[in-house]
Amino acid sequence: MALTAFLTDATLCIGCKACEVACKEWNEVPEDGYVWSGNSYDNTTALGASTWRHVMFLEQHKTAGPQISDMQDPFRWVFLSDVCKHCANSGCLEACPTGAIVRTEFGGVYTQPDVCNGCGYCVVSCPFGVIDKRHPDGRAFKCTFCYDRQKAGLKPACATACPTESIQFGPLDELRVRGKERVEELKHRGYDDARVYDPQETSVGGIHAFFVILGEPEAYNLPPAPQVPTIHLKSAWTSALVFSLFIAAVLCGAFAF
Amino acid sequence: MPGLGTTYGRGGATASPKALLNSDAILIMGSNMAENHPVGFQWVMEAKENGTQVLHVDPRFSRTSAVANIWVPLRAGSDILFLGGLIHYILENELFFREYVLHYTNASVIIPEDFKDTEELEGVFSGWNAETKKYDERTWLYEGVEPKADGQSSDAGNGGHGQHGVGAAPDLNKYHQDLTLQHPRCVFQLLKKHFARYTPEMVEKYCGVSKDAFLHAAKTYCTASGPEKTGAICYALGWTQHSSGVQMIRCAAILQLLLGNMGRPGGGILALRGHASIQGSTDVPTLFDILPGYLNMPKFGGESETLANYIAKNGAKTGWWYNYDKYIVSLLKAYYGEAAQPENDFGFHWLPRVTGDHSHQAYWLDMVDGKMDGLFVMGQNPAVAGPNSGMERRGLGKLKWLVVREMVETETASFWYASPEVTRGELRTEDIGTEVFLLPAAGHAEKDGTFTNTQRLLQWRQKAVDPPGDARSENHFIYHLGVLLREKAKRDPRPRNAGLLALTWDYTIEGKLKEPVAEEVLQEMNGYTVADKRLVPGFAALKADGSTVCGCWIYSGVFPEPGRNRANERHSTDFHGHGWGFAWPADRRIIYNRASARPDGAPWSERKKLVWWDAASKKWTGNDVPDFTATKAPDYQPPADAVGDAALAGDKPFILHPDGFGWIWVPVGLADGPLPSHYEPLESPIRNPMYPKQQSNPADERRTRPGNEYATSPDNQFPFVLTTYRLTEHHTAGGMSRTLSHLAELQPDPFCEISPEMAAELSIIPGEWVTVVTARGAIEVHALVTPRIKTLKIDGKTVYQVGIPFHWGYNGLVKGDSANDLVAISEEPNVHIMETKGLLCNIYRGKRAANAAAIRELQSRRN
Repeated sequence: MALTAFLTDATLCIGCKACEVACKEWNEVPEDGYVWSGNSYDNTTALGASTWRHVMFLEQHKTAGPQISDMQDPFRWVFLSDVCKHCANSGCLEACPTGAIVRTEFGGVYTQPDVCNGCGYCVVSCPFGVIDKRHPDGRAFKCTFCYDRQKAGLKPACATACPTESIQFGPLDELRVRGKERVEELKHRGYDDARVYDPQETSVGGIHAFFVILGEPEAYNLPPAPQVPTIHLKSAWTSALVFSLFIAAVLCGAFAF
Repeated sequence: MPGLGTTYGRGGATASPKALLNSDAILIMGSNMAENHPVGFQWVMEAKENGTQVLHVDPRFSRTSAVANIWVPLRAGSDILFLGGLIHYILENELFFREYVLHYTNASVIIPEDFKDTEELEGVFSGWNAETKKYDERTWLYEGVEPKADGQSSDAGNGGHGQHGVGAAPDLNKYHQDLTLQHPRCVFQLLKKHFARYTPEMVEKYCGVSKDAFLHAAKTYCTASGPEKTGAICYALGWTQHSSGVQMIRCAAILQLLLGNMGRPGGGILALRGHASIQGSTDVPTLFDILPGYLNMPKFGGESETLANYIAKNGAKTGWWYNYDKYIVSLLKAYYGEAAQPENDFGFHWLPRVTGDHSHQAYWLDMVDGKMDGLFVMGQNPAVAGPNSGMERRGLGKLKWLVVREMVETETASFWYASPEVTRGELRTEDIGTEVFLLPAAGHAEKDGTFTNTQRLLQWRQKAVDPPGDARSENHFIYHLGVLLREKAKRDPRPRNAGLLALTWDYTIEGKLKEPVAEEVLQEMNGYTVADKRLVPGFAALKADGSTVCGCWIYSGVFPEPGRNRANERHSTDFHGHGWGFAWPADRRIIYNRASARPDGAPWSERKKLVWWDAASKKWTGNDVPDFTATKAPDYQPPADAVGDAALAGDKPFILHPDGFGWIWVPVGLADGPLPSHYEPLESPIRNPMYPKQQSNPADERRTRPGNEYATSPDNQFPFVLTTYRLTEHHTAGGMSRTLSHLAELQPDPFCEISPEMAAELSIIPGEWVTVVTARGAIEVHALVTPRIKTLKIDGKTVYQVGIPFHWGYNGLVKGDSANDLVAISEEPNVHIMETKGLLCNIYRGKRAANAAAIRELQSRRN
């Protein structure tokens, strides 16, 4: 089975949130609280156990570029639909002690609610802050990559609902190339700060949901160099070993006298 | 839709959103297309990807502005000044498409000497009667054209939804022309004079748009013209809901004629419709002044005493409306069947007569005055959506009975115990005598029928599931209500019941829910012959002798033969979508498409070809169904005594008009002038800079009364400009979105959008509660402080604008105050719509007071 991916393009997004709603409708995700945030039009505020697609609204002052709309006072409003990155080396999967989180044949990272025991190890292990525990249920949830739909040969619900093809879905290799070409084209049109967000050289080992963005990834809550926590295992175990040897030595010393 | 109706002949979008892919520039104004029409907006995004320039002119930087190439901010309500500026720019720089203008518009037609412009009469046109606040449009007629023989110029001075340029003057085809466009009284020269003062400097000074930004936008849009290029304009309620809304649309219509952008691929005007079948609800109207197919509702009095009088009044000798008698007689046959015979004028006297203004605003004030007994509310939530909704809710309390058919309990159904008037103690539930019936209604997936969408496309929709419980379709409700009323009427022999008893009311009932068969209704709209009940292939087959039945002539052809419901066809065969649904009229996707060819019948260019004259087969042919008599040659010249369509020459594309022209100048049909003039909104922060003696639309209807008062212009009690609008996340009054968790959570609370400068001046902390006050009411909302709202400089003074989405009410998962509590019950003179887009308000920190006296105190407080 071919590996699949999302390419989500901020320059095509109109901020309609159809992806958020379609995701919740298809996956029967409950509401995530009726709280007005005051942060532009973003009241979902972040990805979480009950928000698997999240559209960001960034109001930015800007000095140059063709996307600027007002000649007197350069300003732009950028939208981007965030989602689980489905890392190749997935922090949540590696941390899960029950085997509830598995890798699918499409390369996605899938959580099985019937196996999850709600320990929450995955929550702290995600370098992107995606997966979270749902209250008061207690178990952890996140984007399933619409595994059920993919199995049936369908596109994920978000990509299907997107009216402007800002969310594209397809074979990973193909979309990776398309993302690069898109950025080239955008640069050619004067979007100097267009870039692909697709960290491959870090310990997450590549992701299945990459983005075309304008400006720095930090503005989108995307870590420029995400790391899987397990890379710290070696040093963590080493220090644990050194420390336990030290304790052992101390204990031995104590009994020696 | 008289803005488009009078200019071009039909009140509907002239192309489809997909057709925008062929545009070289798209001007979106009076619309927030990306937010309110996100699905249709995909074509704008795709066009932009292909290099089309997208312009958004709007008081707010919205999701549409965010993706447009150019955003131009302007002061709410200054649209005609801006658009007049564009017309001025085109004329001044000779950018108009001369050959198109010369042949296809009435630019060359001479207007009589006694016409006087607003430039001469300080803000009104000749024919103004200050007492009746109505125009006599005799001086607007073409030179040499006499008003109708009955002496009255027309009642078109009253405007109306059915205005499409007929009625008053059957001889409009007898115009005098000056093809050099030099005659001082030709429309072109009058237009030039009329807009001479709408300069970039005026636009800068009073719209709050920098001259550079204006000229950049003007240049970008106006170069999308000529044989090789086209531009399209998209608008919605941001134009309609103004006291001069129709004239704003008229400006756009004139622009498109000057640039030669009508009837051509990538051209046109899209009147964006915000609901699934709003176009359908004017085609088969829920409006008081028209019948299906834009036939006029008969008015009380001599003009409608007989069918012949009515037809003489509303039909035309030349142009397509010559067929008026065929359409009204076929409609009467649909209504009254066998009872409709030539001897009784086909039952014409049974039709109710219009005795005055029966628009929403007018009858609601009657309700407030206790003049109405009962009300049916279906598919509407006026307790939230109606202007001055506080007053509307009080009106509901004066009824004897109220029937609300809905999928949920809306605010309209719960006003008697949950409205702010009750919770604030101004009304007591035990004092409200209204008996309220809340009946469950089926949702769109629970009933058969058609939607007619923004692009005039009828699409059939099949029932997926039965409605739950007692919920039923509208067809079911109205049919069975009719059956019961007729049963009652049979026992009551008064003459007033004769029309009800004469109705054909014989739809087949099917299934355990006893639903009328929806396809039969569509077949009735399509029309059939009386003799053998054979479906007609189109409106050309309709007759005036009572031998045909047709419920809506413009829909004729949608069901041309048994078993062929074209609304239900889903096999698109080409770019324009032929084979998918049915676009009225006659499946023409781009209307007035004769204009896509040169006068001689050849396409203007290879790039912009659509239909053309094929000399070999002596027929019009091309990529769309020709909106023209297929065999009428381009060089056809009508004989002197010709009538109907045959009286129009082969190079006259606007076939509904008696002269076949696109009307830059509207000689009949509008209540507020043959050309658009800039008037300030009913409430404005400035005096009208164009016509100091005429502040607002002279023909406006303010309906001033206690509880429906206005700020003065300007007013230091209400110094800020207020505009209301919708968000993507909600559906109008919220009955279908605030009740659904997945939508309600996306925008849970009401808010106002204000600029950082304004927040600083009023010491408003971002996110805190503020109270917005107008002369009508006060509401509490969050303050969303954002640079997306620009502080404008108008005539050297700082003007702050406040935006409020209007979706909230007191029912549902998320609740909040309704912005329409702030709006006045006012009426645009042509279509009687309220002004929601340009008002005056004030803002105070903190939540609103909980009682009426405190709110009155707020309203009288000065800054």
